[in-house]
Amino acid sequence: MHSSDYRYPLDPDPTRIRAAKIVIAGGFGVGKTTLVGAVSEIEPLTTEAVMTSAGTEHDDLSGVPDKTTTTVAMDFGRITVAPDLILYLFGAPGQTRFWFMWDQLQRGAIGAVVLADVRRLPDSFASIDFFENRQVPYLVAVNCFDGAPVYPEADLREALTIPPHVPVLLCDARDRESAKSVLIGLVRHVIDLHQRGVPVGLR
Amino acid sequence: MLPGAGDDPRGELVRPYAVTRGRTEPTRDIAIEAILVTTARGVQEAPFAGRHKQLIAQLCSNSPLSLAEISSHLRVPIGVARVLVADMAAEGLLAVYQQSEEEENQGERIEMLERILGALQRL
Repeated sequence: MHSSDYRYPLDPDPTRIRAAKIVIAGGFGVGKTTLVGAVSEIEPLTTEAVMTSAGTEHDDLSGVPDKTTTTVAMDFGRITVAPDLILYLFGAPGQTRFWFMWDQLQRGAIGAVVLADVRRLPDSFASIDFFENRQVPYLVAVNCFDGAPVYPEADLREALTIPPHVPVLLCDARDRESAKSVLIGLVRHVIDLHQRGVPVGLR
Repeated sequence: MLPGAGDDPRGELVRPYAVTRGRTEPTRDIAIEAILVTTARGVQEAPFAGRHKQLIAQLCSNSPLSLAEISSHLRVPIGVARVLVADMAAEGLLAVYQQSEEEENQGERIEMLERILGALQRL
């Protein structure tokens, strides 16, 4: 039989499948993976990137025995919007020494959620600065942990010096409906920016 | 997951880039969320391409998966998965799809965002 006579179970046209991604950022231990897990259709998966002391992911490791390497883990989840559209939610590594991954993560992203903890607000400054500088659309979601004090939005906005055009929400990252409303808020914000003709992203 | 990789809590006793024979640069840049689908040729030829590539071809013929998912399922760093996937794309075993910003007009972008919004609201 000629090989072209075979019918394969899957002979896809990949140009019809696309992925979109949202970055979940914020300080270490703020609840990024919890938020991802609350809405993901799969248990959050973990992927790793290897970085050398030179600070690049693709550095050549061969023949340099004393070079230190760091492994950074990232958790992510997935929401299948339709057979041809898949949304990924990537938790950005919290510590600033892992920022080599952030460039990779933000490239082409729909936008970002900066998750903040009211008890450690300064932990989210770095994330906010990053997305401001790159013109990545983002919102700030303040994760209200049990027993954490609840402040009015205006006070949080002032404490975090969040520009007026950036939405601020309160959320409970463990709660599916609450996590959903954060993502819905971000997507609505990005659609609004597009419709108003605001340039989105440097890229 | 690779056979044996999950049995040992210490992971595989192989240095990460050994599976790429020391190469750290992929032949093309592939985004972490790029969608991978095994081609008809991949279904036919990947069984002879080594166990990592064989496994990738198996995973991506059941349902489209991203580079990040491949990295996670194979328990290899994202950079290693990227080298393997770029090789397979060059060999015609995998189709890689990633949207380039330049190719997309604003209308298409908004349409995609509205589909995502609808899906989130229905979750």
